[in-house]
Amino acid sequence: MIEIGGFTALYIFMLSAFTGYEVISRVPVILHTPMMSGSNFIHGIVLVGAIVVMGGAESTLEQVIGFIAVALAAGNAVGGYVATVRMLEMFNPKDKKGEA
Amino acid sequence: MDIFIQVVYFVAAVLFIMGLKKMSSPVTATGGIVWAGIGMIAASLVAFFEPGVFTHTSNVVLIIIAIGIGSAIAYITAKRVQMTDMPQMIAIYNGMGGGAAAAIAAVELVKMAGGHGGGSAHELSSTAQVLAVLGALIGAVSFSGSAIAFAKLQGLMKKTIRLPMHMVINSGLFVLTVIAGAIIGFSGDVSIQLVLLFFILALVFGVLFTIPIGGADMPVVISLFNALTGLAVAFEGYVLENAAMIIAGTVVGSAGTLLTQLMAKAMNRPISNILFASFGSDGGAAAEEDIEGSMKEIQGTDAAIMMAYAEKVIIVPGYGMAVAQAQHKVSELTKILEARGVKVMFAIHPVAGRMPGHMNVLLAEAGIDYDKILDLDEVNPEFPTADVALVIGANDVVNPVARTNPDSPIYGMPILDADMAKNCIVIKRGKGSGFSGIENHLFYADNTRMLYGDGQKAVGELISGIKEM
Repeated sequence: MIEIGGFTALYIFMLSAFTGYEVISRVPVILHTPMMSGSNFIHGIVLVGAIVVMGGAESTLEQVIGFIAVALAAGNAVGGYVATVRMLEMFNPKDKKGEA
Repeated sequence: MDIFIQVVYFVAAVLFIMGLKKMSSPVTATGGIVWAGIGMIAASLVAFFEPGVFTHTSNVVLIIIAIGIGSAIAYITAKRVQMTDMPQMIAIYNGMGGGAAAAIAAVELVKMAGGHGGGSAHELSSTAQVLAVLGALIGAVSFSGSAIAFAKLQGLMKKTIRLPMHMVINSGLFVLTVIAGAIIGFSGDVSIQLVLLFFILALVFGVLFTIPIGGADMPVVISLFNALTGLAVAFEGYVLENAAMIIAGTVVGSAGTLLTQLMAKAMNRPISNILFASFGSDGGAAAEEDIEGSMKEIQGTDAAIMMAYAEKVIIVPGYGMAVAQAQHKVSELTKILEARGVKVMFAIHPVAGRMPGHMNVLLAEAGIDYDKILDLDEVNPEFPTADVALVIGANDVVNPVARTNPDSPIYGMPILDADMAKNCIVIKRGKGSGFSGIENHLFYADNTRMLYGDGQKAVGELISGIKEM
């Protein structure tokens, strides 16, 4: 595992914060809801942490909490993805249904 | 192997940022989420090869079962849900993420409490210990708070509940939670009971924090919880020394914070005001004011004639359109009006509906081009030259008192100038006031006619009226 020392983490944190701010500052209003949904999907990366923690679980209590963590995280990632795709599909001109 | 894992995490982080970037334009947005999705799958797969995961085969089986359960439930709900109910689904998926971050912290803290199950006491650096607790606090609040936000928007919890001395209880609870957290975070000696108490306090705080906030303000709150979950994930990422989690979590944290600010700004209310004061409680006094004129009713056929012979029609949709599922009818109305040579455009207030962009999503679903859909700043100069402004289930966002009456709770909020149009037709279910409980002076104006009825039915009447001509 790569060591992430205190200051390295602080730099990562600072640069990521600016990145997030910059990326969203140019988003048109029409994409705000899909954007919120998309960013909601991205923090589904918590699944990675849940897998690691659950993998290292030793007592039954740890296994139970770890199991909950993985299930919740998977829900976050999958739900966030499907919701975002459904919303964004509507902006796709090719799929536009000629509804009358 | 270790290098391989780190490279995949790195690529995933890049894909997330590029994906978000692509999501910021309607043309590339669909590709953006796919990129982020690829990053997510890759990162989740290599997580299985982290040191320690494959040492207990039973755990790996449990992980796969848990992923199966969580994904299946989320997949089915996300596929089935109506477009109009999307905001509360975002809330619930976000809450799950917060809960997961809190649960990760819980496992780490339980390990730290040590001894149980024969495992050796787990060592965390002091910074990691504090951040684990902080992430747990934020994640747990986001989890229970999002659940309440879901319940409110889903209509499971109609009233805003305020306990006596709610602020005092909340502050007290918060202080207690922080004290419990500080003891865990700063001392090396942790008991399971204290960890449990800490989580219960944090969860209850999340509930009490959210219940007094009205449904109209929920989008801002959901956005805030989204940012908080991101932050919690970043903190747990530090604890697990996982750079992908730190980067993705922090990016969401800052992007979500900005989005929350944009939304609050559109409502012209400081965030503190939304979170710590309930709208309805101080709006009551302002309701007792004189309103000139009366509400004048119009029949569907008359309204249809008015629109059919107009040159320019601006449609102002609001939450009422979403509730009535009227977006497809509105799309049909647009087509037959355009067939008659009427210029049709849509005016979207930033907070129309329950989330910024909510209306845009619905209109796009109904097949309306997004270049016909205009923002507040673009569309307001168009109203004075419009023959008809058709307001469908919008209320507070077209209330002219926001411009005229400094005593009104919504004074100063940017509104759509529907009252400036030559004629204004308002489709509304009943005579009641809007979400904020403020009387709408637009409904009493001389050039306004009220078309009562469910959004879908009323627009249907307009369509058949125009077709008969």
